[in-house]
Amino acid sequence: MRTARRWRHYLKPLVFALCLAPALWLAAGVRWPAWVDLGANPVEKIQHTLGLWALRLLLATLAITPLRQLTGQVEWLAYRRMLGLFAFFHVAAHLLFYVVVDQQFAWPILLEDVAERPFITVGFAAFLLLLPLAATSTAAAQRRLGRRWLALHRLIYPAALLGCVHFWWQVKADIREPAAYAAVAAILLGWRLYRRRPRPAVTGAAPTPARGSSRD
Amino acid sequence: MKILGSAITPERAWHNRREFLAALAAAAAGSALPGGARAAPVMPVQLIERLRYSRNERYSTTEPATAYADVTSYNNFYEFGTDKSDPAERADRLRPRPWSVVVDGECAAPGRLALEDLLRPHALEERVYRLRCVEAWSMVVPWIGFPLGDLLRRFQPTSRAQYVEFTTLHDPEQMPGQRVPVLDWPYVEGLRIDEAMHPLTLVAVGLYGRVLPNQNGAPLRLVVPWKYGFKSCKSIVRIRFSERQPVTSWKRSAPREYGFYANVNPAVDHPRWSQKRERRIGAGSLSGRQATLPFNGYGDEVAALYRGMDLARFF
Repeated sequence: MRTARRWRHYLKPLVFALCLAPALWLAAGVRWPAWVDLGANPVEKIQHTLGLWALRLLLATLAITPLRQLTGQVEWLAYRRMLGLFAFFHVAAHLLFYVVVDQQFAWPILLEDVAERPFITVGFAAFLLLLPLAATSTAAAQRRLGRRWLALHRLIYPAALLGCVHFWWQVKADIREPAAYAAVAAILLGWRLYRRRPRPAVTGAAPTPARGSSRD
Repeated sequence: MKILGSAITPERAWHNRREFLAALAAAAAGSALPGGARAAPVMPVQLIERLRYSRNERYSTTEPATAYADVTSYNNFYEFGTDKSDPAERADRLRPRPWSVVVDGECAAPGRLALEDLLRPHALEERVYRLRCVEAWSMVVPWIGFPLGDLLRRFQPTSRAQYVEFTTLHDPEQMPGQRVPVLDWPYVEGLRIDEAMHPLTLVAVGLYGRVLPNQNGAPLRLVVPWKYGFKSCKSIVRIRFSERQPVTSWKRSAPREYGFYANVNPAVDHPRWSQKRERRIGAGSLSGRQATLPFNGYGDEVAALYRGMDLARFF
């Protein structure tokens, strides 16, 4: 426990750098295409990579609570906000890239996409759900909102599910990869349901640790 | 013009490919390919003998062709895997020689033809065609081939031959993607007989003046430029004339999303994405999309085939 906290000083910058690496790699591919190869369709490559990391980081954020409960280590919580914000960073970049580079602000087509293409509709809905979470990620907002902060931040559950559906509905025939992500999401959310299941009252049982009580 | 089998597939290129690659890697790999080096092992073009062909200007677009490296590294060929890079990485398992094609069904002269016999009577020509994928991206490819109609007539289709069905090789040994049932293998495609006989419909055996790379459908494939790319059946082993419309692979997999005709049509969206615009493939390019043309710009030649048909219904 104390060791983990001591390592935080080094680990946090490392995790930060790792979370930033995919975007830096993509930027390098745009800037130096001869050195960093994004393939024959760089727009699609960037779009897919941002989306994939958005989903991975969302699931990583959702993994913090189960990891804490399984290991009894509160230290995990020190990384949750950073992971969540990086997930949002990738979701926002994914959407922005689609609007600005892929569709070049073709609003009629963008509106049609959001309204008529189910996979884009659910993807956009996931972005909207995450927006207030990113906006209230500061310690100040957390204090101000008190108990409501916890309730608000449960929006990450539907957002992650919609992210999985967005991925699933986008593929043509080979659903193995989106199915793997959906399975991980199902385990992480299922774990929470399992923990909340009604249990017979046992006197003297250890109380479950309060959820998300850390401020860091 | 006569072409010899040996001109189609130089033995040494197929059999000694790895040795050649190893020996010439430094000199050959990236430098000579337009668009820079690709991570995927693309056969260096100078290892492949040039085909003999004439250029067909009438049926060629003047748009700039997509780089060889892009045409041969970004492929939808699920027989080798569902990633665009899978075919270039895994198609070296395909043995395009020896090869034979079975022709049967409603015709007076069916048979099994060795590749050399199948190709011998046909003069090769180069045609630079637009290729529009159903996924809303496009390329411009200088194909080498000959009209499918010239080939089909040799088998004397009867009046009952209303459709032509094409089948891709089914051999999970050579095509590892077939170990996964993402589609109901083997891949089957089909054309109406008038579409198959149309002078634009090509049997391609090469591109960029060279023998067709495995990942592009070696040793022979269809190119139907006014239809979405999935109609252009690759690595063909069987051609069957039939009275009934063939049950094609993508239509069977998702009938709401893929029709038998699959003509490029900006007015009929795929249920999951817009077909109004398309992105031209090109490494290093962040350009946006361009408008998709009805029949992929070949409307003057082929629109008459569909006169009176509701193309939103027969999509």
